[in-house]
Amino acid sequence: MAAKLRWGELDEDDGEDLDFLLPPRQVIGPDENGIKKVIEYKFNEEGNKVKITSILRTRKLANARLSKRAVERRSWPKFGDAVHEDVGSRLTMVSTEEILLEKTKPPGTKPEEQNSGVDPLNPSTRGAVLMVCRTCGKKGDHWTSRCPYKDLAPQPDVFVDKSTSSDSVAPPTTKGTYVPPGMRDGKGTERGGTDMRRRNDENSVRVTNLSEDTREPDLLELFRPFGSVSRVYVAVDQKTGISRGFGFVNFVNREDAQRAINKLNGYGYDNLILRVEWATPRTN
Amino acid sequence: MRPILMKGHERPLTFLKYNREGDLLFSCSKDHTPTVWFADNGERLGTYRGHNGAVWSCDVSRDSMLLITGSADQSAMLWNVHTGQRFFTFNFDSPARAVDFAVGDKLAVITTDPFMGHTSSIQVKRIATDPEDQTAESVLVIKGPQGRINRAVWGPLNHTIISAGEDTVIRVWDSETGKLLNESDKELGHKKPITSLSKSADGSHFITGSLDKSAKLWDTRTLTLIKTYVTERPVNAVAMSPLVDHVVLGGGQDASAVTTTDHRAGKFEAKFFDKILQEEIGGVKGHFGPINALAFNPNGKSFSSGGEDGYIRLHHFDADYFNIKI
Repeated sequence: MAAKLRWGELDEDDGEDLDFLLPPRQVIGPDENGIKKVIEYKFNEEGNKVKITSILRTRKLANARLSKRAVERRSWPKFGDAVHEDVGSRLTMVSTEEILLEKTKPPGTKPEEQNSGVDPLNPSTRGAVLMVCRTCGKKGDHWTSRCPYKDLAPQPDVFVDKSTSSDSVAPPTTKGTYVPPGMRDGKGTERGGTDMRRRNDENSVRVTNLSEDTREPDLLELFRPFGSVSRVYVAVDQKTGISRGFGFVNFVNREDAQRAINKLNGYGYDNLILRVEWATPRTN
Repeated sequence: MRPILMKGHERPLTFLKYNREGDLLFSCSKDHTPTVWFADNGERLGTYRGHNGAVWSCDVSRDSMLLITGSADQSAMLWNVHTGQRFFTFNFDSPARAVDFAVGDKLAVITTDPFMGHTSSIQVKRIATDPEDQTAESVLVIKGPQGRINRAVWGPLNHTIISAGEDTVIRVWDSETGKLLNESDKELGHKKPITSLSKSADGSHFITGSLDKSAKLWDTRTLTLIKTYVTERPVNAVAMSPLVDHVVLGGGQDASAVTTTDHRAGKFEAKFFDKILQEEIGGVKGHFGPINALAFNPNGKSFSSGGEDGYIRLHHFDADYFNIKI
């Protein structure tokens, strides 16, 4: 391959144009793969004859089919306001942001959450987001003491039984197997009864870097193997209903909480690495 | 995909229309000036100056030479697509809303709003082959529906005119006599004003979008309800892909409520639904106001949306869009 001729030098050599001495340009192909061979001859800076062989691939554009009319229109002169358009006006810009066709959330995550917020039994108190029932987890529907599902809530001792039996199994209850969000929510009703217990802020564990899809039942499922959990809370943005990525878990026993921290800090959950630590007590 | 943003309009978009080959995109806006863009790179080709009010809709002839626009300045105008010159002005007693060329471009239907004691009407005009011979007289005037008629389109073989509007009823009229042939079922139909109507590529069915937060797919001939797509915000614009079985709904909360709520709660995405399964496929975000207009390129490989924010966003689909499985 010869070095490219520089235009500056070309001008200087203007006097002695010997191109007619060169063999003609040869084009072989393109073959069925669209590969084309072009052989050219040139004089390089030193005046030596050089053969340049270039192999090119011509690629067919997928959408080169345009109607004749459309091609014609392409060269139409601008009219109206477009004539005097400033170069800098930048009317047409390519978005700097990559926009994707965002898939909707799998059924059962957000829609269900929204459904549960509006209870057909008591629609009058809709919108009171602060009102969260600790028995059934319903939002803005009723206070814990007035929970209509109080009797339906599973007995706390059943729940304790479960947790002790699965104690040795450690966290990977959720590990390999994917639990559909719908199922998670269904299981979520198991929690409850224990929420009625006195809140113990001392054994509160803060969990951060949660994925948006994580809900309270998921957290409970994750922390239950370490001991009795008295409260689970995931912070949710009130306007959007999307999790804000952190939550709190209260344990009945401090040792259980410590074990959970040891075990789950740095644990990979839903593609994110959890950060689990003691919740700093509120300053007030 | 990286959408192309076109900021040529100073006020909210009202309507978008591709020509038959899909190389030109016509946009209408409340800023009085319909604009034409190259549909591949979004470059502005020209503007059509002359209207003195918001332009509500437009249509382009099959040969892409003639453009008709309907405007709130109580007129509809015929334009030379190539030069931007005005051929003719139809004057009315009230704002013109929907315009649509018949197959063959010999006729056009124009709807007018109720205004100052005048009731809304559907008018059919003959379009002369030579613009010099154009006259203003109506071939047919249909009156009857209450409230605005937001869309009126031609049915198969120009035998019928399909209209939909604020009174939530879809009506099919005989395009020769003006007789009412069919009406959509009150029970099955929309519960709130119909904002948009869009025919399928072959005209066998059409979709309507309504403020009742749903879009419905209808059979053109029998006016039977085929499908319903339910979403969580008012639907201002609908479009159907000519290539795959997708429908797109655009909308969002009322423009007057935008500033009072969180921007994420506005739901200004263009929502894609599977046409047959009626399931939501996904959303394309980007506008920061409700979507007022949607149009699919006739080749089905790109679509554009026009928003209350004054932007047109032109999206060329990525290859993986065509492989979406539900």
